[in-house]
Amino acid sequence: MATSLNLRAALVSFLLLAAFLLVWQGATAGFGGTSGGLPAGMDPEYAKLMGLTATTGKSAMPSPLDVGGALMKMLSDPFYDKGPNDKGIGIQLAYSLGRVLLGYAIAVLVAVPLGFLIGMSALMSRALDPFIQVLKPISPLAWMPLALYTIKDSGISAIFVIFICSVWPMLLNTAFGVASVRKEWLNVARTLEVGPLKRAFTVILPAAAPTILTGMRISIGIAWLVIVAAEMLVGGTGIGYFVWNEWNNLSITNVIIAILIIGVTGMVLDQILAAVARLVTFPE
Amino acid sequence: MTDSRYVSIEGIARRYTAAGGRTTTVFEDLWFSMNKGDFACIIGHSGCGKTTVLNILAGLDAPDTGAAIMDGQAIAGPSLERAVIFQGHALLPWRTVLGNVTYAVSSRHRRWSAQKVRDHAMRFIELVGLKGAENKRPSELSGGMKQRVGIARALSIEPKMLLMDEPFSALDALTRGTLQDEVRRICLETGQTVFMITHDVDEAIYLADRIVLMTNGPQAVVAEIVDNPLPRDRRRLDIHKQPDFYAVRNHLIDFLVERSKTFKSALPPGYDHRHPPVVRPTTGLSTPPDGDMRAA
Repeated sequence: MATSLNLRAALVSFLLLAAFLLVWQGATAGFGGTSGGLPAGMDPEYAKLMGLTATTGKSAMPSPLDVGGALMKMLSDPFYDKGPNDKGIGIQLAYSLGRVLLGYAIAVLVAVPLGFLIGMSALMSRALDPFIQVLKPISPLAWMPLALYTIKDSGISAIFVIFICSVWPMLLNTAFGVASVRKEWLNVARTLEVGPLKRAFTVILPAAAPTILTGMRISIGIAWLVIVAAEMLVGGTGIGYFVWNEWNNLSITNVIIAILIIGVTGMVLDQILAAVARLVTFPE
Repeated sequence: MTDSRYVSIEGIARRYTAAGGRTTTVFEDLWFSMNKGDFACIIGHSGCGKTTVLNILAGLDAPDTGAAIMDGQAIAGPSLERAVIFQGHALLPWRTVLGNVTYAVSSRHRRWSAQKVRDHAMRFIELVGLKGAENKRPSELSGGMKQRVGIARALSIEPKMLLMDEPFSALDALTRGTLQDEVRRICLETGQTVFMITHDVDEAIYLADRIVLMTNGPQAVVAEIVDNPLPRDRRRLDIHKQPDFYAVRNHLIDFLVERSKTFKSALPPGYDHRHPPVVRPTTGLSTPPDGDMRAA
């Protein structure tokens, strides 16, 4: 029954995709005039001015076939580098991933120990709460000018923005996970005279791991959302910069490809953390 | 005072401050003692502070006044000398059966090699009949098997006293019976001193040498201590045919139904908190609850 449900769901997904592509193709196909002859009654001056859009009804919006073709071409050579404004999509993606992973890794290193502290100490929890409450709702991009001014390096500023946006969900989830470890498990450790450090690693960390991973999963999603916007601002390299650059080139095809790649990469990042979360989650 | 008292609870009280500054006294001036190798059950209604007494013995809680003493030393915190079997088994779900037991063994014997810890743990896993399941995780075990792991974990540190908080209450009747048999066998074989909380009168009669009756809380007191008149070699199968079985059973049920409520309002003459009356209900010779005071 489960396999047949999966099968049916896959079929519906496929049909939806096919319908979407068909509508897209239909909407961008134009009315089939050739570039040679003018449609009846059209002023030749007007036709010259407006280009293909007027003569063939061809929209600047690429058709799915155009996008597919361009995507194939890009993926066949993803790592070329022909100067600052013409790099392969693989290189741009690698820049973005590098920034995200670096900023995210620093956030893990800060958020998990600090979350442990907050979760274990009622005093620190209350003392740090106002700061967290104020800092958490700030849009990460609002930090950008401050980061650029103080750090004076756009690349590091982008990493800082990733750090600041991914730190909060991890911090709060770690604190919550640590604070809500079952008292019975802590009592087991206490009756066995397990020291505080060993208790943190052998009881609290494994017990809080699923909650911590949930926070990490939320964070990687936010980080990936933010890197695109941040790179549009700082420019130079990265998938966000690529999107903005192709918009300036008016290459809608490449913008669509970039959107697709951003989506797939975000999904892969999320699935990796979901798999890690499954590894550390044990039903009782 | 004789030195045979292995565990003694001396005038302990526990109070909680409720919101609004009012204090509730769960119990006060509570006294009783246990000899080495005793199997004591404590019976009383919910809210009389049974679990608090157990937690104080475990060192997980501290009395506001009075002291609990084991083997000549005041209990001042949790210790490997006293193992607790928790009501909800409290196994660590990310560890296997073996991992849960070795966690205890390696905490007890910090210098032992991994192989020695493993062998020791396996001995106790075998003792509770879980050989072959040692690599399973708790989620793959039935309720009874989980509780067996809890028992193996507690016994593996070879504690001076075993504390059990309604260990069988979450199990079905059949599993409960089997586990009671095994706990009784193991405790008799090893001469383990056991303090156990239960709601189940039959369980108390089958397992315990002495049954501590607590009145309803708040301000609960030990009403009396019932000396189990059944022979030590009693068996579950024919325990109900023992001549004194119904005398004890009726006495306990009478207490739970009636006297646990009324005892405090009319303390029997000569009632002494320090020496709660000891009764030994037997058929024919019905002992009044306030007779047969033990001189200690």
